[in-house]
Formats: sequence, C-alpha cells, structure tokens
Amino acid sequence: MPKVSMTVNGRAVSADVEGRTLLVQVLRDKLALTGTHVGCDTSQCGACVVHVDGKSVKSCTVLAVQADGASVTTIEGLAKGNELHPMQAAFKEHHGLQCGFCTPGMVMSAVDLAQRNPDPSEHDVREWLEGNICRCTGYHNIVKAVQAGAKAMAAAK
Amino acid sequence: MYEFAYHKPASIADAAKLLAADGDAKAMAGGQTLIPTLKQRLAKPSAVVDLSGVKELGGISVGGGKVTIGAMTRHADVAASADVKKALPALAALAGGIGDPAVRNRGTIGGSIANNDPAADYPAACLGLGATIKTDKREIPADAFFKGMFETALEPGELIVAVTFPVPEKAAYMKFDQPASRYALVGVFVAKTATGARVAVTGAGSSVFRWKDAEAALSKTWSAAALDGVKASAAGLNADIHGSAEYRAHLIGVMAKRAVEKA
Ligand SMILES: Cc1cc2nc3c(=O)[nH]c(=O)nc-3n(C[C@H](O)[C@H](O)[C@H](O)COP(=O)(O)OP(=O)(O)OC[C@H]3O[C@@H](n4cnc5c(N)ncnc54)[C@H](O)[C@@H]3O)c2cc1C
Ligand code: FES
Ligand code: FES
Repeated sequence: MPKVSMTVNGRAVSADVEGRTLLVQVLRDKLALTGTHVGCDTSQCGACVVHVDGKSVKSCTVLAVQADGASVTTIEGLAKGNELHPMQAAFKEHHGLQCGFCTPGMVMSAVDLAQRNPDPSEHDVREWLEGNICRCTGYHNIVKAVQAGAKAMAAAK
Repeated sequence: MYEFAYHKPASIADAAKLLAADGDAKAMAGGQTLIPTLKQRLAKPSAVVDLSGVKELGGISVGGGKVTIGAMTRHADVAASADVKKALPALAALAGGIGDPAVRNRGTIGGSIANNDPAADYPAACLGLGATIKTDKREIPADAFFKGMFETALEPGELIVAVTFPVPEKAAYMKFDQPASRYALVGVFVAKTATGARVAVTGAGSSVFRWKDAEAALSKTWSAAALDGVKASAAGLNADIHGSAEYRAHLIGVMAKRAVEKA
C-alpha cells in the first residue's frame, strides 16, 4: 500500500492509502478536515477546491499519491486562531453565502485569484469562478465578497 | 474506481518500460480526464504510470521561429508564459480558455492531445498551426496525428514528449463555449503562414478537422470578408441537445471570421 507524506495546513502528516484514494478522501476521512466538501465528485462544482503548492485544484480529481511531498492548504488552514482570513471575513460581510456548501471551495478559489490579481474586476471574478458552482446565492454577493476580500488581502500585506 | 498499482518513474525510458511491460497499464498526466474516467469505471488499468516525476517532459522553449512545449506542461503555465504570449499569443490565449483555473492548474498539453476529445481546444492549435508531435519513438505531423473520435496515431505505450509549433505570421483561436463545460461547441483556429492559410475546426465533428474551402479563400485574401461566400457543410457534423449540425456549420463560419479579425 503506498504511503503518502504531505504538509497539510502547516502540519506534517502521512497516511497509508490505495493508489485510487483521492486527495479529498485523505483530507476528510483520514485527517477529519471536513471543511473541504464533495458536491459532485465529477470535477464540475468546485466545492472540493484546495491549494496544492499554492495552486487551486479540485481535490476530488487529484489522487492522494499525486500530492505526495506537497504542501496542501484547506479552508481550515486560512484563519489565524479566531481571526478569520480577510477573504472569509469578506464573504461574511457581503453575504457571499447562504447554505454554505459551496463556500469552502469558493473561498479557496478566490484566495488563489487574489494572490495573482489584487484588484480583480467583476468580469475577472466571474471568469475565475467558472469551475465553482453555487446553488443558492445567484453569485452577485460572492463576486462582491471576492472583490472586497482581494482588496483586504492586498491591504494586509 | 477499481484499484490499480501506482508508479512514478523519473525518466521517459523508465515510464516507457513500465508501459511496455504491462499492456493494461495507463499513463497519467494531469489526471483531469483520466481520473473521472476511472471513477466511472470506464477504464480498468492494472497500473497507473504517473508522468509528473519525469523532468524531461516539462518546459517551454521559444526560438528559431518555433515554440516547443513539453508534454507535461500545465495549461496554466502555457497561458502565463511570457515567451509564449510574445511569440504565439493565440496559443497562450487558447490555453487560458480551457475549462476553469483548477483544471488549468493540473491538465497538460500531452494529456489533452493524447486524449483527442472531439471538443478539446489544443488539437485545433496543433492542426491549425501544422505542429509536430514528438514522441519517445518518432515525430508525427499534426495532419497525421488526429485520427478520429478519441483516436490518435499513438501506438500502445507510446508517449508524447513535446509539441513543436511553427510561429505563423498571424493566428487566432475563437471558441463558442458550451456554457456548462467550457468545452468548445465550435472552436476555430486560423493561421496565416508563409505557405498559405490554415483553418482547423474543433467541437463540430467527430474529431478536429481542416476546413479546406476557407483555407483556399484566406490564402487568396486574408480577410474576414474573404469568407463571405464560403459555407461549411453540415454533413457529418455533431448534433446534440446543445445544437444541431446546421447550427454548428453556421457557427464554424462565424467563429472563423471572428478569428481572422482577431488575428
Ligand atoms: C471540468 C473540466 C473542464 C474541461 N474543459 C476543457 C476545455 O474547455 N477544453 C479542453 O480542451 N479541455 C477541457 N478539459 C480537459 C482538460 O484539458 C484535460 O486536462 C485534458 O483533456 C487531459 O489532460 P490531462 O493532463 O489531465 O491528462 P490525463 O487525464 O492524465 O490523461 C488523458 C489521457 O492521455 C493519456 N496521456 C497523458 N499524457 C500522455 C503522454 N505524455 N503521452 C501519451 N499519452 C498520454 C493518458 O493515458 C490518458 O489516456 C476539461 C476537464 C475538466 C475536468
Ligand atoms: S466535488 Fe470536486 S469538483 Fe465537485
Ligand atoms: S451558498 Fe449554498 S451552494 Fe453556494
């Protein structure tokens, strides 16, 4: 059985997995990091987005063995103690969520965008979130939240 | 997913050996097509040979009128490459329009063209520019590479190493996205080269194809107006809930003109 070692939210972890074990299964089932959601399991919805070596990926479409040696950040890795990450705070402030199912993936995708583009236009945000589906909000407040969160991240630098 | 053995070789030679030794083993690049296929149990490989540890398959080089992209280069890296943007902006833009950011961070050019999805974007650039596909065994011109729906000239176990694109005088790609998947409902790549115009169409047929009538018209006069009287035939084109064959044929003309204007 292959063994994978990775850094998850700054913590070194390792687990015995099968070749077919998905990264999201390790995160949720072995590490109990259930903030990363599985919406579709078919690479469409983006609820499972995490960062692998700083880049957003759909963790339902990455094998755990592919993340061996990598640094993984999940939604649980963003806040500093009780202090929300600026992108999380912006989603709260701008009502960027209703049921919250899509939110972890939305926030992780948004943080990746903000790291590349500190002042994204509405169009930039909508294009970037192409792979993140929300059933509740109608997206308008998500877009507002991402723009505000990106600005807050840039200001906090 | 059925269980499989997992290998991560560090060289092309080792990867080729693993694939040659086991006919049921499958190469994996970004996994963005392969993992969903395995989940649906549409394939049952005995082993997966992960190419991500093979350094020789990476890298972008530009020079001498050519752009060469290693098979394992991710779509996001082609889209962001300053060298590609400068030498062949149509290719960088095409890569940046594939799927969504998470897919672009994993998916590779080698995986895309080996898969030859009838609606994939890269095959249109390969055929539209007259690229050369270098494998671990030989060099294959794009005109002989894309054989049919999900079918290529690759032999079992043969690995794509890199794709070389000749830099044209002008080129552009326009795609009419299927709005849910972002795959091309119809995508048209046009290129003005020293030896004439090339026009490649994806999404419309069972596999990418060249639109020869448009090439002839554009070789005479490179302008969108030159395509005014040229109609793509609907015979044999795809028809599904997203659009009829006639609609796709119409879109080919529209996208080709827009691409010429953009080039
Ligand atoms: C949500 C979503 C949206 C997408 N949208 C688009 C889109 O708009 N346009 C588009 O073009 N594509 C799209 N794709 C497909 C995406 O570009 C894939 O990345 C690509 O088709 C396959 O590349 P990969 O690196 O992931 O290959 P893999 O999935 O790893 O492999 C695909 C196939 O190629 C073979 N293979 C891989 N590398 C090699 C090699 N070097 N030599 C020989 N064989 C090899 C594998 O054995 C396998 O059969 C989308 C995918 C998803 C999940
Ligand atoms: S659960 Fe991964 S994309 Fe939907
Ligand atoms: S808030 Fe419910 S799916 Fe987005």
